[in-house]
Amino acid sequence: MTPAATTFRSLPQVVHRHTTSEPPAVRRVLIAVALVFLSLFLFLPLVFVFVQAFAKGIGFYFETLHNPNAWGAIKLTFITAAIAVPLNCVFGVCAAWAIAKFDFRGKNVLLTLIDLPFSVSPVIAGLIYVLVFGAQGWLGLYKNADNPHFPWLANWLNEHNLKIIFAVPGIVLATIFVTFPFVARELIPLMQAQGRSEEEAARVLGASGWQTFWRVTVPNIKWGLIYGVILCNARAMGEFGAVSVVSGKIRGQTNTIPLHIEALYDDYNFTGAFAVASLLAFLALITLGLKTWVEHKNAALNEIEISK
Amino acid sequence: MASNFVHLKRIRVLPGFKLTLGFTLFYLGLIVLIPLAAVFWKTATLTWPEFWHTITMPTAMASYRLTFGASFFAALVNAFFGLIVAWVLVRYEFFGKKIVDALVDLPFALPTAVAGITLAALYSDHGWVGQMLSPLGIKAANTQLGIFIALTFIGLPFIVRTVQPILEDLDPELEEAASSLGANRWQVFWRVILPMLTPALLTGFALAFARALGEYGSVIFIAGNIPMKTQITPVIIMGELDMFDYGKATAIAVVMLVVSFVLLLSINVLQWWTNRYNTNNLA
Repeated sequence: MTPAATTFRSLPQVVHRHTTSEPPAVRRVLIAVALVFLSLFLFLPLVFVFVQAFAKGIGFYFETLHNPNAWGAIKLTFITAAIAVPLNCVFGVCAAWAIAKFDFRGKNVLLTLIDLPFSVSPVIAGLIYVLVFGAQGWLGLYKNADNPHFPWLANWLNEHNLKIIFAVPGIVLATIFVTFPFVARELIPLMQAQGRSEEEAARVLGASGWQTFWRVTVPNIKWGLIYGVILCNARAMGEFGAVSVVSGKIRGQTNTIPLHIEALYDDYNFTGAFAVASLLAFLALITLGLKTWVEHKNAALNEIEISK
Repeated sequence: MASNFVHLKRIRVLPGFKLTLGFTLFYLGLIVLIPLAAVFWKTATLTWPEFWHTITMPTAMASYRLTFGASFFAALVNAFFGLIVAWVLVRYEFFGKKIVDALVDLPFALPTAVAGITLAALYSDHGWVGQMLSPLGIKAANTQLGIFIALTFIGLPFIVRTVQPILEDLDPELEEAASSLGANRWQVFWRVILPMLTPALLTGFALAFARALGEYGSVIFIAGNIPMKTQITPVIIMGELDMFDYGKATAIAVVMLVVSFVLLLSINVLQWWTNRYNTNNLA
């Protein structure tokens, strides 16, 4: 499909000209410029992923995905997301409850700190955990010497044989860091806008704290929560830079899907890399679809709110 | 102020303040603040000359110039085209508009590694776009142009998504007033609409710029990572980490962190400005 060509044909008939609109020629040029720009930067790469993925046929495609290393990467990615997303969800709800329902000093500082992980480069997000848990880190296991900083914690990790860097826990931690703000930043403005009167009414009418939360708050924030979870999950499954620093990249063991893609690409197995990449591209499309659906639902709800 | 606080405390009927705030601070400290503090702790183990020597070594200096320059121009190009995209999506109707609107967020949703290998393959000499560019003498793979392209891709949604809501909420009466007073369409845009969009445009620009500075996954495949030429700063950090030189890696990370914190601060100020403008218009 060439979006530019279809656009010209399907421009709506301008029934009456406002004083506040552009001449049809200007409109067409602007629409064409926007669509050409988006086609070049968005649609073309998206189509390209799927075309390349099937470049060696459907047999090769499934062979690549059936490979034990690919399968290990898929499993690890799901495990990581299954830990990171619920934890950040609980955090998001707690933070939003404290910030939206109560007044306290330093709220703005807290809000800025919650957003902090978004402004940290993924590579640095990985680096900070290496500095804490790595061989020379705060909690690291120094060779032939006790850890000078936190000996008891380091010894405890050692006794329980808990390897964090270049192992799965490090990957999970780095993923939690990069997806940290997603749920909270959706819920905080939403709950602030909703205020506290509904919950207060429930309490005055005799509901317990939990009842108030489950029966009043959760239905109110449901769509915002789902929205945050969708975005959080997409990032958790697709994170590359941070995970790349802490993973150690052992194939089939500590490679997530994005790291497996890199490994295949570095092997010059381009079709294989794109085959695995198509899984994540498909996930991105599902994410966008769900996101649009939730926004649609939310807009309908908001319109009711505004008309009140 | 103090009496006010006591008053609030007395009428507080909702439970869970201590629990939720306590967990929030605990989790924030454990996941974000303590690990980030490790960067500054590690830097403190370096002497000042060591630190200065590391952050000013030629490869690092070249990477700052490249990272800042490419991020700046990518954000600038996005500001221009992003404004057009937002305008078209808000003001005009055309076939497939809803799908286009949803796909604008693709760079947020598509993992950076996927974007990276896709752009690298598209712009390589045999790729769909690369083979059209090479007769013109333009080379994108393994050049700074490629880095610029990758950063433009990942920054694209920021401008559109910050300008779009402001444009939707603009009061049409202002435009009607301007045109009834004799302004032509271009004057209305330039003198009335654009000034009202400026805070949002600047915010979007700053967000795209900040994101581009730290970007890694989408850049490394197309960049080729040639020292002094196409190595972005995160790649320098990664290189030091691969050599287990955590001191050097951390020193350069501190430079990046300080820059991002300053940017974060200015974005907060810009957003406050945007919102103020917005509520003024609604009032």
